Amino acid sequence: MKVELRNLTKIFPSRNKKSSEEVVAVNDFTFTVPDGKLIGLLGPSGCGKSTTLYMISGLQKPTSGQIFFGDDDVTELSPENRGIGLVFQNYALYPHMTVKQNILFPLQNLKGADRMSKEAMIERAYYVASLVQIDELMERKPSELSGGQQQRVAIARALVKMPKVLLLDEPLSNLDARLRLQTREEIRRIQKETGITTIFVTHDQEEAMSISDMIVVMKLGVVQQIGHPQEVYNNPTNLFVAKFLGTPPINVLSGEVRGEKLYISDDAVLDVPGVDDRSVFVGIRPEGFIVDENGALKCELSNIEVMGRDVSIVSKHPASLNPIIRSIINADQSVSGTSTVRYSLKSNKVFLFDTDTEERIYFGDQAKNEEN
Amino acid sequence: MDDNKKTGGWFTEAVLNTFFKEWVWNTFCVKWFWKSFCVNLVYKKFDKWKAWIYLVPAIVLLLVFTVWPIINTVRIAFLDGYSILGEVGGETYSFGISNFLDVLDEYSGFGEALKNTLWLTFITVPLSTILALIIAVCLNSIKPLQKFLQTIFFLPYVTNSIAIGMVFEAMFNIVGLGTSDPSFGIINNILGVFGLDPINWININSSYWANMAVMIIYIVWNALPFKILILLGGLQSVNKQYYDAAKIDSTPRIRVFTRITVPLLSPMIAYVVITGFIGGFKEYSSIVGIFGDDMQAVGTEHTLNTMVGYIYDALGNNEGRASAAALILFAIIFVVTMINLRVSKKKTHY
Repeated sequence: MKVELRNLTKIFPSRNKKSSEEVVAVNDFTFTVPDGKLIGLLGPSGCGKSTTLYMISGLQKPTSGQIFFGDDDVTELSPENRGIGLVFQNYALYPHMTVKQNILFPLQNLKGADRMSKEAMIERAYYVASLVQIDELMERKPSELSGGQQQRVAIARALVKMPKVLLLDEPLSNLDARLRLQTREEIRRIQKETGITTIFVTHDQEEAMSISDMIVVMKLGVVQQIGHPQEVYNNPTNLFVAKFLGTPPINVLSGEVRGEKLYISDDAVLDVPGVDDRSVFVGIRPEGFIVDENGALKCELSNIEVMGRDVSIVSKHPASLNPIIRSIINADQSVSGTSTVRYSLKSNKVFLFDTDTEERIYFGDQAKNEEN
Repeated sequence: MDDNKKTGGWFTEAVLNTFFKEWVWNTFCVKWFWKSFCVNLVYKKFDKWKAWIYLVPAIVLLLVFTVWPIINTVRIAFLDGYSILGEVGGETYSFGISNFLDVLDEYSGFGEALKNTLWLTFITVPLSTILALIIAVCLNSIKPLQKFLQTIFFLPYVTNSIAIGMVFEAMFNIVGLGTSDPSFGIINNILGVFGLDPINWININSSYWANMAVMIIYIVWNALPFKILILLGGLQSVNKQYYDAAKIDSTPRIRVFTRITVPLLSPMIAYVVITGFIGGFKEYSSIVGIFGDDMQAVGTEHTLNTMVGYIYDALGNNEGRASAAALILFAIIFVVTMINLRVSKKKTHY
């Protein structure tokens, strides 16, 4: 089932009647979720991603705009008539019911033609439980389960009615780091096995990048960029997206373009064909540095962190907007023990941004990449 | 930790110096005692001492007004033919169970009192709990006027029960019964609007169940506010997401109530039922409020006396019998509460 959002807007009225400060939680969101894909809504807290999810679920009504499931306009439909499954951030498992009763609960509410026989319900519950691998725990109470197990029960409960769309609100935020890695693979596997169109919300870019077919990056209610995770990472449309994606985060320096060359503190570090003379923000991905004795970018070396496969070099540069510049290079590249390190740059890992609008300035063959 | 102790010590020393030093000095007139006491208190056995000192007022009051009376009640109940005056006069009494036999004597009226109490308790507690639950759920689901209605429902709790009783008496009254021109209380007038005959609720020659109906209405109404308060508090602490989840699963309203609300409220429901039963067995002032301390409607044969009323009456002339009845009441409440706890343990989800 494809999900289509058209000019979706949600405005919360101001709490104080005297002030007219409205909060625009979601602003003119248009996007089509392709059938059977896993989509991550990504953004910092307060960016409207959860509001978007709740509008798709029907628990909140959009101020304007429309939502389509397939070809049906569901904007005015109440949640129970939309055929969705929703997994809440804190799972909202009924604490007084066993896992089995929790999973059966949605089925027992079905009426009319959808009503299943008791045996069929139990069969379905066990099928879904085995899908999320909790069939051993059916007689336990939620309080007797670990966080990861509770999460699976919540997913099973959302899946048991075979919804057309599965929505997950911050599915991993209540889990510890190890479980998070494991569970996100689980979610990916379950989504692939069932083929249900799935939309999940997260503020963790790593989480979104690792399992999504597409990510939607949001900021203050406005969609910044939509695309395949790798594509968004390789080609951020503005400084916010560039900063938000990637660990370690992108290094940002202030620079200047003169005669189609990029200068950082009077060092011409890169050719930037097609860019007018102007001052810019330069974003350089940590993997965009090459240690080079003749490199143009000269940094003050402060620390080298060896992390097995990779080496992370922490250095300083006066033009940097972050306190440090972090680069990641292969462990077999040696760094001499001097106090300065020289880099040359990979042009496809360097992004230029306008200093006012923070929009991307494309140079050389970068613009071509975007078209692809 | 150490810092904490030091400041605590300094503070206590200052307080003790200002408030107690002079008193101790005048009382014991021993300087070294004060010094060692103070040093002990602050530096050596500080924590132990502090706890006890804080507890002293409460312990003294409890010992005098609760613990001793309990012990004394048990003692008196088992002394044959006990009387306070006699004991003061130097009489001694032998151990025995004649007080209990007196209570169980059919002419003492204990059976009547027990029957009335049981009827009132077993009807009003379930009724008021169910009503309170429904009202609390309704109150919780409305936004406007919620605070206002909450206040109205809470009014009986802060109103004197004798005063309420007198108002009820006026409401259910028939003035001039048996004459050609009886004037009705408001309840009978309301019945008249619906074309029903007036009922003799509480006046001369009224029936037992008419009296009981008034009592039940009164007690339920009086018990509602506390129960609504507890249940509404419980409802407001239930996570809203359970209801969102139920909504997405298209759960019918009645099923949301029975399968989600009631189980999640079960600890509060158990609490109001248990305290309701205990309160019900101690019912007394409401009857006095409506029927006066004769505990019966004028011109009727049946008494509306309750267990506490029975104990109160007996206290006037036979302390032994009163004590024995009090112990029997205690035993009944104890057993019923145990059963309540047993049942609620199985049915309650915490």
